[in-house]
Amino acid sequence: MSVNITINNAVKKYGKNTIIPDLSLDIKDKEFFTLLGPSGCGKTTLLRMIAGFNTIEGGSFFFDDKCINEMEVSRRNIGMVFQNYAIFPHYTVQQNVEFGLKNRKLPKVEIQRATDEFLKLMQIHDYKNRMPESLSGGQQQRVALARALVIKPDVLLMDEPLSNLDAKLRLEMRQVIRNLQKEVGITTVYVTHDQDEAMAISDRIAVMKDGVIQHVGTPQEIYHRPANIFVATFIGSTNLIEGDFTPADDNTVKLPGYKLRIGNLPCDRNTPVILSIRPEDFAMTKKDEGGIRSTITDSLFVGLNTHYFVELPGGQNIEIIHESVMNSVFRTGDTVFLNIKVDKINAFSKDGSRNFSREN
Amino acid sequence: MVLEILAVKTEFKLLKKFDVWSLVTLLLLGLYALFLIYPLMNLLTQSVVDKSTGEFTLAYFIKFFSKPYYFNTLLNSIKVTFCVTLLTVLLGTPLAYFFTRFHIKGKAFLRILIILSSMSAPFIGAYSWILLLGRSGVITLFFRNTIGIQFPSIYGFTGILIVLTLQLYPLIFLYAAGALKNVDNSLLEASDNLGCSGLRRFRIIVVPLILPTLFAGGLLVFMKSLADFGTPMLIGEGFRTFPVTIFNEFISELGGDDGFAAAISIIAIIITTFIFLIQRYLSTRKTFSMSSLNKIHPVQARGFTKIFIHLYAYSLIGLSIMPQVYIFYTSFKKVKGTTFVPGYSLGSYYDAFDKVGRAISNSLVIPGISLLVIVVFATLLAYIIVRRRNIFTGLADTISMIPYVIPGSVVGITLLIAFNKPPIILSGTMLIMIVGLTLRRLPYTIRSSVAVLQQIPLNVEEAALSLGSSKMKTFYKITIPMMATGIISGAILSWVTMISELSTAILLYVGRTKTLTVEIYTQIIRGNYGIAAALSTILALLTVISLLIFNKVTRGEDLSM
Repeated sequence: MSVNITINNAVKKYGKNTIIPDLSLDIKDKEFFTLLGPSGCGKTTLLRMIAGFNTIEGGSFFFDDKCINEMEVSRRNIGMVFQNYAIFPHYTVQQNVEFGLKNRKLPKVEIQRATDEFLKLMQIHDYKNRMPESLSGGQQQRVALARALVIKPDVLLMDEPLSNLDAKLRLEMRQVIRNLQKEVGITTVYVTHDQDEAMAISDRIAVMKDGVIQHVGTPQEIYHRPANIFVATFIGSTNLIEGDFTPADDNTVKLPGYKLRIGNLPCDRNTPVILSIRPEDFAMTKKDEGGIRSTITDSLFVGLNTHYFVELPGGQNIEIIHESVMNSVFRTGDTVFLNIKVDKINAFSKDGSRNFSREN
Repeated sequence: MVLEILAVKTEFKLLKKFDVWSLVTLLLLGLYALFLIYPLMNLLTQSVVDKSTGEFTLAYFIKFFSKPYYFNTLLNSIKVTFCVTLLTVLLGTPLAYFFTRFHIKGKAFLRILIILSSMSAPFIGAYSWILLLGRSGVITLFFRNTIGIQFPSIYGFTGILIVLTLQLYPLIFLYAAGALKNVDNSLLEASDNLGCSGLRRFRIIVVPLILPTLFAGGLLVFMKSLADFGTPMLIGEGFRTFPVTIFNEFISELGGDDGFAAAISIIAIIITTFIFLIQRYLSTRKTFSMSSLNKIHPVQARGFTKIFIHLYAYSLIGLSIMPQVYIFYTSFKKVKGTTFVPGYSLGSYYDAFDKVGRAISNSLVIPGISLLVIVVFATLLAYIIVRRRNIFTGLADTISMIPYVIPGSVVGITLLIAFNKPPIILSGTMLIMIVGLTLRRLPYTIRSSVAVLQQIPLNVEEAALSLGSSKMKTFYKITIPMMATGIISGAILSWVTMISELSTAILLYVGRTKTLTVEIYTQIIRGNYGIAAALSTILALLTVISLLIFNKVTRGEDLSM
């Protein structure tokens, strides 16, 4: 039976070090929820608090309306997939999968049936008598998933489960995990530092930094309207340009050497703002159609796209991404004119903590 | 013309293949042939040739197996050795787990005590237990005179079992603690998460994972306990074991029989080899590769568990360090003749330095020279074994491990039989003692050096070669410095083992080459307990200093034998 997870004012300390000062979170039933952040942001710590491997120094954790703060790890009914899978190396695939069922002292027939079901579901039934060391990384990952799910847990926790796989397998397993989660229908908390992975796999994401949640939202919300500059720069890449929001009715932002009309912002006139413009939101032409006059300083061909490094009139360097074409007309040293998809710009307060565009 | 070029080419190829390392390999093989293979061949011949007729005979072997007087010593040895091995594993493994898994008060200090108690010569422990629990032991007398309880005798099987178990469980502790370091904490968490924790988890998850290491540690305990000569000699009394018989048959002034001693030695080697191979087979079959991402972190135990682990650790370790503490204490007691009298003095130390100063210097010089030889040989051998894999280095690898399965007293007998007659006479020299110690300790040092070298990536050496450094220069400028810490820590452990070595030295020594341990043993036999205690304390002090240096060098890294 899948549950809601409610976390109220969680605190985590190691000695005098506070890892998580005060964190509250609601994770909905059957949701695929991801904790995303740079290493050391406390995401794994939080996951391990839910699992029961870490002590809780403050606040309360609920599965539906049941408080789990003081509950033994082995009684929380959680399925957990570890970063290095933690497959028992001295057991066969089948023994690994049935381990949790045996500890629950289920009847033999039921253990057999459930084990078979999940071995088949994860497509590892053919390997059931193999020892783990003869399995590939992806197969071990499947064993870990089968072992975690076969016990019919209330919650599935995954700690960077794909980080030990090669790039191609990572994409494949991403899909496997996503489909499996929908099929089984289980509340899932997933930890990763890989933003692409987080966006591809999650219903909602919490971006964390220094033990504090910066932004909770769907992948689209987080990408398009990040809550602050940290989120904007951590998710995807972006260009940050400082400017002044000027008076008059035209709602422009004055930047060094040019002006940008971006619509009304809920902030005082003449306040400094920082604009975040993603590299793909620039249109670049050779003809002057009223764009910003700039110079290409370098370019980088990476296949699907080409990255151009462009100098703005104020001397600032920005990065622009264009789809690669056969015979590109853009050369290093060329003068080009830039147009910006204004509605996709995010304007932040000078300290980076507020996104005015989001409040609009 | 073409043929000529071809000839030149092949010659060049051969020359190119034959480099300085081939020379080193041949040299090492030669030395092994002289000091190991030749003596072993001699031993074998001795055991199957009738001395008077010079004909082939199995009489010695038949004598051994047909007379219960001899054959029973073998059964006794096997019985006590199996019991010791089992007990050490049962005691040492939980202790290692507690140390890894929980916070224990005074853990660092306890760890030092464990290592210390394992580093002394076993017979010193035996002698101390006799002083404590023997017929006129302090504790025995106290209980008999004040409470009227008669303690069971500690002589014989029980005594050997207690002494060797308390002496050798630290090996299992160190081995198991090392293996637990490689167990990923996630495995314990996964087990917990799937509903299996506590004692059950220890039994079905932890123990199977470290089983190969427990086998390896068990083998070491088995070898040491089977080969131990001093303990059964002192405390065994009627319970005669194998090494004692070998010693008596060889040394016996009333017609010591070389041939018979050789035959018993051969039997001993066959048994140890057999056990060695079984262990190899078992541990290769059960080895698991683990990716230890997160080490097991100690946690605070609560309630009953906390009381239990502290009680367990403190009583076990206290018991095993007690003999040494008591000897330390008696070394400061006043002595009159051969008995302790009330009051304290440094008399025993004066006597010790006065009578046996030479033994102390011998105990520095002989192991010292052996150590130098061992370090050089082990480094070279490790290098050719790891970096120059071919038939010859493989042969050197195998040969170098042979002494591992030969009990100490057998090493002594083997060398004596080979080198007390032409063409090479070495008996009575310091050289033969150095050879004995070196042979016995080399396998351990080679193994640890090999392990160190395997950790060093080959491409560092390749980089040096590509930058124009010669092979030899690369070895001593690049490889050796990178191996240094490992080599030095291995060397210190060898040193500690060698200064407390008895079973080989007792056979090879003459008056001039008496070592501390031999002297202590002699003094105990003569009943000079005061001098023996003083000398034991000096030996313990040497050990402590060496271990402190070891800690400094390795910055608190773990000890492995």
